[in-house]
Parts: sequence; structure tokens; C-alpha cells
Amino acid sequence: MKQDDLKVIAKRLRKNILTMIYHAKSGHPGGSLSAVEIMTYLYFKEMNIDSPTDDGRDRFVLSKGHGAPVLYAVLMEKGFIGKDLIPSLRQIDSKLQGHPDMKKLPGSGVEASTGSLGQGLSIANGMALAFKLDKKPNRVFALLGDGEINEGMIWEAAMLAGHYKLDNLTAILDHNGLQIDGKNEDVMTIMPIDKKFEAFGWHVIHADGHDFDSLEKAFKERKTIKDKPVIIIADTTKGKGCSFMENKAEWHGKAPNEEEFCRAMEEMGDIEIKRKEAD
Amino acid sequence: MAKATREAYGEALKKLAASNPDIVVLDADLSGSTKTSEFKKVSPERFFNVGIAEQNLIGTAAGLALAGKIPFASSFAMFAAGRAFEIIRNTVAYPALNVKIAATHAGLSVGEDGGSHQAIEDISLMRSIPNMTVISPADSREAEQAVLKAAEYVGPVYIRLGRMAVDDVYDDSYVFELGKGVLLREGKDVTIIATGLMVQEALKAHDMLKEDGIDARLINIHTIKPIDTEIIIKAARETGAIVTAEEHSNIGGLGSAVLEVLSDQCPVPVKRVGIRDTFGESGKPKDLLKKYGLTAEDIAAQAKEVLKLK
Repeated sequence: MKQDDLKVIAKRLRKNILTMIYHAKSGHPGGSLSAVEIMTYLYFKEMNIDSPTDDGRDRFVLSKGHGAPVLYAVLMEKGFIGKDLIPSLRQIDSKLQGHPDMKKLPGSGVEASTGSLGQGLSIANGMALAFKLDKKPNRVFALLGDGEINEGMIWEAAMLAGHYKLDNLTAILDHNGLQIDGKNEDVMTIMPIDKKFEAFGWHVIHADGHDFDSLEKAFKERKTIKDKPVIIIADTTKGKGCSFMENKAEWHGKAPNEEEFCRAMEEMGDIEIKRKEAD
Repeated sequence: MAKATREAYGEALKKLAASNPDIVVLDADLSGSTKTSEFKKVSPERFFNVGIAEQNLIGTAAGLALAGKIPFASSFAMFAAGRAFEIIRNTVAYPALNVKIAATHAGLSVGEDGGSHQAIEDISLMRSIPNMTVISPADSREAEQAVLKAAEYVGPVYIRLGRMAVDDVYDDSYVFELGKGVLLREGKDVTIIATGLMVQEALKAHDMLKEDGIDARLINIHTIKPIDTEIIIKAARETGAIVTAEEHSNIGGLGSAVLEVLSDQCPVPVKRVGIRDTFGESGKPKDLLKKYGLTAEDIAAQAKEVLKLK
């Protein structure tokens, strides 16, 4: 797939994310929008996943489960979840739970139930161990939040992945620099992230998480690494693509009102759909 | 022959290693004590030590289950059910993954390690989680069969095992049935409902009561969740009084589970033999069980008390 096509997909994901959250009147736009290019690249360029039920598929774990809208949006784009579910996010009886619930969406590409932070890397480790044990070629990808790595369990998992040399595992860090209470460095120092993971036996790659060239380069380098797990530290902007949300911690977990929603959709260059979808 | 239920766990794992290639075992640096080392001996490639990291123990087991394996994850009950509670709740039970948590060293009978290591809340914690099955075997034969049955059952299971050797309750003819209470002694005056190592004490209590002319029924509840409501209600109707016995806090364990069944469907007087909202301490297991009121004498005494309420 060409870069222009990826960009078109990314744009659609952003619109669908905002539409879902606008309808829900709650949710997490900031950390969903920051991961749009990463998710687009993974699902449309990197991962082997044509069907959500094929045994040979690569697995993706959304460790930062509050980014559910970006996962749902990308699975919709793959055709694994119907777009008719967009207005149902977070509503009662919905398949689109506030945080991903795999039981509500069986066989739809939600590979794990997540949301309580810090647990997804362990889940990914378990999958990677199973594939190695069976000598299967499946790869495992996990998306972590930078606030999420405050959790001690992440470092238990990081230690295990290094110890067992899980070279079929790739973690991607959505490094947008913000968490609920503010900037990472004001809440809890996480730097130097690269040295920490290196010390735990990982190979570290840096990338611009909104630039498809940079992501492509990172994933190419990733393929050359054997006998080690790899983390791609992707620098991103929280709320990316929506000017008034960008780099603002308060947009971590807040839905846009009607005016804000329309403005956001306008910025993304499609005024046509905004009123219809806002109904 | 007296044998610890954890020993039976190790033997069951060895059988599973040979019979089921999907079984994998995880431990958090306690494999010699939990007896998962028995599995490691015969199937080292399917054994994963995660180090002293119980949250990751459970999370990794969840991932293995998602990739089609049947993981048995083990540590001491304190750390498995306690430290990793929220991982079990959200990552294993919420999506109903096929993870088996076999927790050893439950209860006061851990002994000398003291209160910090004596899990007396684990039944309460585990049975409050939706989708979770909770098993507390009475002897080594029951433990071995429970482990083998848990491997066949699809879904999350918590198996509570002990450090201390316990007397045989059963002989080789015993067949474990998940979710079914076991009528060990028929009786019409009062019913003793016990679990885990308290079943051997309850057997002794039954004989003591008999000498005093009291005809006590005795039921072993090995599956605390889903609990066998039928056998409990029948006992309540036919004997009119119940004593429960468990090596666990009186808050939230077997006694509470029995009370929930009875208050809904057949309220009768109940006395509970369990730990009375206090922590344990160091000491020899037998001395601790005596000090904290978990002996045959305590069960017999409570049976006599509850008879007065009939």
C-alpha cells in the first residue's frame, strides 16, 4: 500500500474516532488520535492479518486500552467490525465497550480485553512464548502508552521478554508526553526510556509516530533484529490532527461538544459528513 | 497415607505433561515448593519461570491461553490470589480465559513463615469474581483429580492447595465431580459442611459427636464456586442445623457461601468454624490450627451449639 493511501485511511480513522467519542459523550480522544498513524501502518502495511480468525495471523494487543476508539476504527477499516456500530460506543448493550472487551466482539480482531493499564505487555509475552514454543511464524505487536509504563507490571514483563529473547515481539510506545495529570516528567519521570529498555535486554528504535516514512524505516530495522524483543519509541502528539486538542492533557478523556466536533471535522477537510454523522 | 495436596498437584502435572501437549506451566520462583518443578523435570520446554513477578505470572498465562495453550500458573496463595488479584480479575476472568491458577500454601497451615504468608482471604477474593471456578480439595487424591479435571474444563479455575500433609479422606475408588458436594457421612441431627484440610477434622468431629449420641451428616464441598446448592438445601431441610468448617476467614469463604445459599432458599441455624477476622502468626501448623479454633473439637463444640438453636 502506498503512503497516500495510508494517509487517506489515517484521516478516516481520525474522523471515525471523533464521531464515536462525540456520540458517546465520553471517551479518550487524545491518546486515540496520537496512535492513528501507528495503527494504520501496523494493520495496513506491517501485520499479516487478512482475517481476524486465521490461525496464522499476527496478533495485536492494545495495552493502552483507553485507546479503544482507534482500535475499533482500524478494525472497521479492515472490515472486521461494522461501521454501523460507530454511534454505539460506550452505550448500554453495545459491543464497543469503553475499553476493549473481546467477549463482546468475538472473532472481530480484538485479541485481548484490556483497559487496566500495564497488563497488555504480559499478554503479548504469553502469546509470543506460545508461538515460539510451537515454532510458528506469527508475530506479536503491543501498543503501550508512555504514562502506562509507570506501572510496575510493565517492567516485570519487559524483564521476561528480554530473558526469553522474544524476538517475535514488538512493542510500540505511543510517546505523546502527556498523561492524565499532565506532562510525563511532572507526574513521574520515565526518561531515559531507551536506556531502561536496553538495560532489560531490548533493542530500541526511535521513530516519528506520525510519519509513515519514519515508521517504515523503523519496522524495516526491526526485521533485522534477532534474539531480542524490540521496542519502537514513537514520538507522537496527543490529540494529533485536531488543533485544539493537540498537546493538551485535558483532552485525554473528554468528548468534544457539538461545536468542537464540527470544528474538528472541518479541520480534517470533510464538511459534508459532519452534520449527518452528528445527528 | 498423609500427603500434601501440593504434592498431588505435582504428580497430576506430570501426568498432564504426558497426556496433553497444550499444557504449559508457569511459576514465580517457587517451583520447588509449589511442586511445578515436577512438570519442569519431564517437560522443561513447556515450563516458564517468570521470576518473582506474580502480576506478570498471571498476565503471561493469559497470553498463552489466548494463543491456545492451557496454562497452569502457580505461586503461594497469598501472592497468586492476593498480589495478582486485579490481573486475575481483568485479564483472566473478565474475558473468561482458559487459565488455571493453582495456589499452594493456603491458610494458617503454612506455619512458621507467619501471618504475611498465610492466605486466609483467597477463597473470598476468588469466588467474588464472575466466571471463576474455585476448588478447595480435601486430600491428595481429590487434589490430583481436581487438577486433571481443571485441565479438561474450559475457563478460569482457582485451585487452593496446602503445604501441610493431610490424611486421606478418600480411597482409590473416589471419583471427583466438579461442582458436586460429596456426602461423606449420613446423619439426621445436624450437618457439618467442610472444605480443604478441615474435612479430615470434620471426620473426627463426626465420630466425637456420635459418641455423644449426635447423628451428624458430613458433606465435603470441594467446589466452592459454583457451589452445590442442592446438597446444601437438602441437608438444611433434613437436619435443620448446619456447621461449616474451613481454614479461611469467616468473612467471604465457604461459611459465607453456605449462608448465601441458605438465606435465599432455606434459612436454618448456622455456626461457622473459621478464622475470626484476624491474621495468623508463626508456629507449627497443628498448634496454629488449635490456637485459632480449627480442630475437630471446635467443630464438635459448634455442632452442639447450633443444635440448641434448632
